[in-house]
Amino acid sequence: MNIMRTIRVALRALSRNKMRSFLTALGIIIGVGAVIATVSIGEGAKREVEKRFEDMGTNLLYVRPGSQSFRGRQYGGGSFQTLTDDDAIAIQEKCDAVQYVSPSVSGRAQVVYQNKNWNTSVNGVGEHYVEIGNWEVEEGTFFDENMVRSGQKVAVLGSEVNQNLFEGADPLGQIIRIKKIPFRVIGVLESKGEAGGWFNRDDIILVPYTTAQRRLLGITYISSIDVSAVSGSRTEEAMSQIEDLLRIRHKIAPGAEDDFNVRNMSDIAESAAESRDALKILLGGIASVSLLVGGIGIMNIMLVSVTERIREIGIRMSVGAREKDILFQFLTEAIVLSLFGGLLGIGMGVVGSTLISKLAEWQTLVSLWSIIVAFLFSAMVGVFFGFYPARKASKLDPIEALRYE
Amino acid sequence: MSSNNNLIRLENLKKVYKVGETQVNALRGVSYTIKEGDMVAIMGPSGSGKSTLMNIIGCLDKPTEGKYFLEEQEVSTLDKNKLARIRNRKIGFVFQTFNLLARTTALENTELPLIYSNTPAKQAKELAYKVLAEVGLKGRELHKTNQLSGGEQQRVAIARSLINNPSLVLADEPTGNLDSKTGKEIMEVFKKLNEEKKITVILVTHDPDVSAFARKRIYLKDGQIIKEEQA
Repeated sequence: MNIMRTIRVALRALSRNKMRSFLTALGIIIGVGAVIATVSIGEGAKREVEKRFEDMGTNLLYVRPGSQSFRGRQYGGGSFQTLTDDDAIAIQEKCDAVQYVSPSVSGRAQVVYQNKNWNTSVNGVGEHYVEIGNWEVEEGTFFDENMVRSGQKVAVLGSEVNQNLFEGADPLGQIIRIKKIPFRVIGVLESKGEAGGWFNRDDIILVPYTTAQRRLLGITYISSIDVSAVSGSRTEEAMSQIEDLLRIRHKIAPGAEDDFNVRNMSDIAESAAESRDALKILLGGIASVSLLVGGIGIMNIMLVSVTERIREIGIRMSVGAREKDILFQFLTEAIVLSLFGGLLGIGMGVVGSTLISKLAEWQTLVSLWSIIVAFLFSAMVGVFFGFYPARKASKLDPIEALRYE
Repeated sequence: MSSNNNLIRLENLKKVYKVGETQVNALRGVSYTIKEGDMVAIMGPSGSGKSTLMNIIGCLDKPTEGKYFLEEQEVSTLDKNKLARIRNRKIGFVFQTFNLLARTTALENTELPLIYSNTPAKQAKELAYKVLAEVGLKGRELHKTNQLSGGEQQRVAIARSLINNPSLVLADEPTGNLDSKTGKEIMEVFKKLNEEKKITVILVTHDPDVSAFARKRIYLKDGQIIKEEQA
């Protein structure tokens, strides 16, 4: 019996029980749809994280205070204030793989302009912050070295803050109050858009870090140092130069643990991608279980179908069907059923993932490979779960099958 | 009237079934020869072994001992696939309960054996129309089995048995589910096929009215041939 004929016979058998065939395929439809939709969420999230880190640049380094042992207790990273602006200056001067350095302190504050106010994140940074973070100053200028050194009360606004305080009016030269202290607006940053629930990079005010330390926070240490290496390829070299320098400056004995951390963007990007991957695998795994359940549904119905059609099998055998013909006939039915489910499931997954991205505003991405994998997987489900019933049918004894009531 | 070629030669056929611990000797040594173009009735009470004999002649079953030659080819040693091929090419079955596929047209039922002999669809259809006309079902080709009367269903079964131009048609109680008038009509169809197309027909029955159509009658009892009659 040739393949086209086998498929036609299978389609006819399935169409005799349309409702039953559809309900059986529904298990696969839901399974494949769920796999496609959940994987698209994971892929979308991963792609977004990757894109965000690409935007920031591969030569970026962060220096943060590290974990520390103090009187026998272990403290987590960031719990000590071990970094100073002198460290930052030393890194700039002594590490030749380093291009720019920007000490950084941050806090949240209420910002007031006339009768409007806005609660936002105020970051004290150095004059090279824009170069390090690939920012463009859209209007006005950024503060220079002199302004930082003398701790002037100047501010550069993120586009979101500008929008909320000035609502389209020209902010340059205006005076805003941060924690009641007047600052002159000298520039506005370009918009970089939402960072996907992480934080909004446009909802920010930048001031010289010296000003932030003295006027806003009343501290002398700095919370982190942003560094850019001369080039992406010298990032590792810059990291080890910074580590060596800081160990000497912080008088850390050989073998003792660093009291600071230096991390580069690709480390951070990698760990972020890993957690997204884990999420994707988890979601995909849960969805695959429903595909498995769908497969069991197919097996169940095929077994019922074989029992119902024992007479038919006997008739076919008596007119010359071989074991192989009967096996292929029932296997084809199972595969047609699961592929039909798989195709509808792919459609449902694509629609579902579009709905999710519209309703939940998550970025989703249906990749071609997830469609191909889902399709092949549903075919395999058909073969795997259809084989046992088909084999059972093919092994029937024609004499008994013909006599079966 | 029949030619001198042997179509079927049975040599000391024995069939033993094991039912649990006990052995049932369904056939205890049957030897017989049927010539091409003959029409033979196998008769006997239930339990006489006539169903077993029919299954072996129809290549649905194999003898435990003895030899079966069909067209001088020994078939008692063939495997399942080869037996299926022989059923497909050389044997047509007609059953008491018709054994047609439900909710399927007369045409499709008739074509069924051709699916397994890889006959092209167009040719299969033409052949099916032709044999359905021969058994008197012209115009009923696209009726589904449940729209046909018992007699018509049996005619479809006969058409199906003929489509591969078999050497042998085996009919197992072909009139058992029909009223006597329709039964007689069906027997006339067999008689016509035998006389005009020289098709060998073997009837398995316990009905004397059916066996009256045959040229030879063999009587089976306890797995052995006890009597042979020439019409």
